[in-house]
Amino acid sequence: MLELGSLGGLSLALGMFGIAGCKESKPEGASGAQPSGAAPASEIVIGHYGSMTGNTAHFGQDTDKAVRLAVDEQNAAGGLLGKKIRVVTLDDRGDSAEAANAVSRLIDVEKVVALIGEVSSSLSLAGGRVAQRRKIPMVSPSSTNPKVTQVGDYIFRVCFLDPFQGKVMADFARDELKFDRVAIFKDVKNDYSIGLADAFRAAFTARGGQIASEQSFSAGDTDFSAQLTTIKAANVQGIYAPGYYAEVGAIARTAQRLGLKVPLMGGDGWDAPDLYTIGGDALDGSFFSNHFAPDVATAKAQKFVTDFKAKYGQEPTGLGALGYDAAIVLFDAIKRVGKTDPESVRNALAETKGFEAVSGTISINKDRDAEKSAVILAIEGGKAKYRATVKP
Amino acid sequence: MSTIGALPPASPPRWPLRFGVGAASIAALFGLSLLLEGGLIEYVQRIILLAGINVILAVSLNLINGTTGQFSIGHAGFMAIGAYGSAFAGVHIAPLLAGVLGEGKLSDAVTFNLSLIIGAALAGLSGFGVGLPSLRLKGDYLAIVTLGFGEIIRISFNNATFLGAATGYFGNSPAGLPAYTSLFWVYLWVALVIIATWNVTFSQTGRSLLAIREDEIAAEAMATPTTRLKILAFSLSAAGAGIAGGLFAHMQAGIRPEDFRFEKSIDMIVMIIVGGLGSVSGAAIGGVFVAVSLELMRDLNQYRLVLYALLLVVIMLVRPEGVLGTRELPHLVTDFLRRRRQREAAP
Amino acid sequence: MAELLQQIVNGLSLGSIYALIALGYTMVYGILKLINFAHGEVFMMGAYAGYFSASALGVQTYEASGAGFPLLLALAVLVVAMAASALLGVSIEALAYRPVRSAPRLTPLITAIGVSLFLQNAAMLLFTPNPRRYPAILAEVRFEVGGVILTNIKIAIFVVAMLLMLGLYMLVHRTWTGRAMRALSMNIDAARLMGIDVNQTIRATFAIGSSLAAAGGILYGLDQIMINPLMGVLTGLKAFVAAVLGGIGNIPGALIGGILIGLAEQLTAGYLSPDYRDAITFVILILVLLVKPEGLLGVVRQEKV
Repeated sequence: MLELGSLGGLSLALGMFGIAGCKESKPEGASGAQPSGAAPASEIVIGHYGSMTGNTAHFGQDTDKAVRLAVDEQNAAGGLLGKKIRVVTLDDRGDSAEAANAVSRLIDVEKVVALIGEVSSSLSLAGGRVAQRRKIPMVSPSSTNPKVTQVGDYIFRVCFLDPFQGKVMADFARDELKFDRVAIFKDVKNDYSIGLADAFRAAFTARGGQIASEQSFSAGDTDFSAQLTTIKAANVQGIYAPGYYAEVGAIARTAQRLGLKVPLMGGDGWDAPDLYTIGGDALDGSFFSNHFAPDVATAKAQKFVTDFKAKYGQEPTGLGALGYDAAIVLFDAIKRVGKTDPESVRNALAETKGFEAVSGTISINKDRDAEKSAVILAIEGGKAKYRATVKP
Repeated sequence: MSTIGALPPASPPRWPLRFGVGAASIAALFGLSLLLEGGLIEYVQRIILLAGINVILAVSLNLINGTTGQFSIGHAGFMAIGAYGSAFAGVHIAPLLAGVLGEGKLSDAVTFNLSLIIGAALAGLSGFGVGLPSLRLKGDYLAIVTLGFGEIIRISFNNATFLGAATGYFGNSPAGLPAYTSLFWVYLWVALVIIATWNVTFSQTGRSLLAIREDEIAAEAMATPTTRLKILAFSLSAAGAGIAGGLFAHMQAGIRPEDFRFEKSIDMIVMIIVGGLGSVSGAAIGGVFVAVSLELMRDLNQYRLVLYALLLVVIMLVRPEGVLGTRELPHLVTDFLRRRRQREAAP
Repeated sequence: MAELLQQIVNGLSLGSIYALIALGYTMVYGILKLINFAHGEVFMMGAYAGYFSASALGVQTYEASGAGFPLLLALAVLVVAMAASALLGVSIEALAYRPVRSAPRLTPLITAIGVSLFLQNAAMLLFTPNPRRYPAILAEVRFEVGGVILTNIKIAIFVVAMLLMLGLYMLVHRTWTGRAMRALSMNIDAARLMGIDVNQTIRATFAIGSSLAAAGGILYGLDQIMINPLMGVLTGLKAFVAAVLGGIGNIPGALIGGILIGLAEQLTAGYLSPDYRDAITFVILILVLLVKPEGLLGVVRQEKV
């Protein structure tokens, strides 16, 4: 009897999950699980897939918040082609099988017109292949590995490529900072970081510089003292640390603690308010390449920052700015072509030229990458200040 | 009296019948897969594919964890070896075979299955390598060592630059790995793995494995070659995970070490626990459950993983033997039918 | 030379934290023969408890003004965090482990894994996945000794770990509760027959182990600057390896194991390759279990048939 009871209890629990999957109600305008026949003619459905859970959850969540801000603003301004935009966000848990699942679900079940995603290049590759095969345009906000847009002609991006950004900082280090001997400290778990490090190394050595030490860490690590101690012993003039803000902040602090008083250099992964909270004064005298400078930002960029802060109570990170741009570039393309069928949208995206976005002026080139200038920022007194512009 | 000592009448050979049934089943499977591929949306097809891969994982893991009672919680490592092994082999064999057999479906099929077998062999060998030293340990210690090996395997792939390191292995073309995996191949292999495991489980070897699970010292006292059998079961289950890995690799653009984290090993354990530790059919049920339930739970957004973990705890508290316990679904059905016949015969 | 000494200093402080966490594992395993997978999450929760209670006591204003956080308040934060973790540990034991205490060994293991996953994801939900900077509950003071940089935090970690361990040793060997714990680790049924309240003793064990983990969490936050909801996963695993290395069930062993693992990790990261810093712990685990499974200070147990 007890056995039947517990079997019944188990079946009930399992059944509840099945029911949860078929529920009518949609919580808070987040993901809807309804296999609708076709999206109602009065709305345009956009899909966003990202890591909402898992160890890179803050990347997906940052991007998602910005995308939703763009959607809300567009809807408040009357929608797109007279219709309301609805964005469906699916979580891929930072897993490549889930990324492909999410994309195929967005295409087959949610019947999206276009996709935004992903931050991680390897997840963009996983989801992009499905999008390309089904010929649904996909705009990646922050995937910087060159391979992503090589998947096919329906895949676009609005961010720099690693080779470009790495070279930007290498040139700056040689020309402006006059460094001969630097160290590289890269995140091996992150293809963004590896890509930047490779590009930097190639450009810096090609210009006659020397990489005296190359160390690595893994995203999620908190202890950098071992590697920094080794770097300290190598007597370098600067450290190129192209990681994300959380680790970079801690790296700066640890370096300071170890008495390693050289400037750090980095890329747009540094761009987040928490960089300064974590890194504090240890970051003074450091430089990083980015899309826009807060002190000479365009009106559009400043408005974005203000609106984001008003809606979410926190300042956006660089990922947020790129997520917003992916959305508005997509909207602009749809507006220009006046249609929502995938092929027209794709062609319109490919023709994007001189579009003024938050993270700079974006032109999509023949490889479906974004041509935009980079700026170099210098950190002083806990703030980033404009230093130079580098054109592509 | 004249029948004593005489041989029973010769029965017709069984193999033509078996061969016929087998060929007919394969044809039916092929037909069904074509039907489903035409009729179902891609999203649902993916779920069905993943369910099949899960079944192979669960049934394989069940052989060592359930039937033999040796707890391994690092099996994602073997899946990774199978995945990378078959992906790498496939990419390099394909041009050779295309040269011999010409481009096209036949060459693809041969390349695919050959690469799967290579991946499985590599995984099985690794299973042998891991099992040989580890299976001296028992219970919790064995579990932790297998966890350690699983992590070491993943970290090694993370540092293997020729396999793409953290970014992952995407083969040689920008389109990624060739998409060989289809409903037909997955479920053909599901059938093969289930049949093989079923036969092992219900053979003399299987009985010895059960004896090892129940009381290893008593089994040794009864002259069971426990060490050899444990290592065999471990290697076989690793090879099975390798097949699943190869099938998984060829439905993705690429594979990354992050896809084979500890959480994947936990997923496999949930599969066999839900279905019933020690039951082959239970493992199959568990495999399907895990593939389907996480998708169904999408509505729950960020609460999904919290509830999934809670579900695991609740199952262990309420019904740790899972749906089937150690029983098998076909046996339950035949028992049920038999009892019903008996009740009807004797009112 | 200075480089080597620096790596050793860093390894010692990291190792002391592993030792504090390892104590919880080793005590629970000694009595219940259960690997408390959720212990890493208790460590994480302790760190967050310290973060929130320090914020509630206004640590940010102290930091902004440049004045140090008063020692009294810092101690209060420590006590609060330790109490919160103790409560969490005891609740986990009551809700998830006690019901399956008599089940075959696999069941509690899976349950523990489930609780660990639950706490990780719950923390991601409650605290957001973003890493947070740990407040300066102890203001950092740096000084250099012969080319090696030391901070008061690193010294504090070592000292606090030693003191807590000493306290634990006293408790286990000089008090009745401690005696009950030792009795339970030898033979639970005999202890019960001798009139020891088994449930009460187990609760005490979890409470003590969890509070030590919380202390480790706060010290970790101060030393490593950042905390995030998944910080307990790998750290917990390494601490478990430390417990096994020292001899599971053995308290001084946990200390030695922790220090050794911390040193191994730092030296591997500094001299071999940072990519293998996590792998080295697992390699040590495998070597220990294959060569001397009872650990450095452990005692071989004969298995009777």
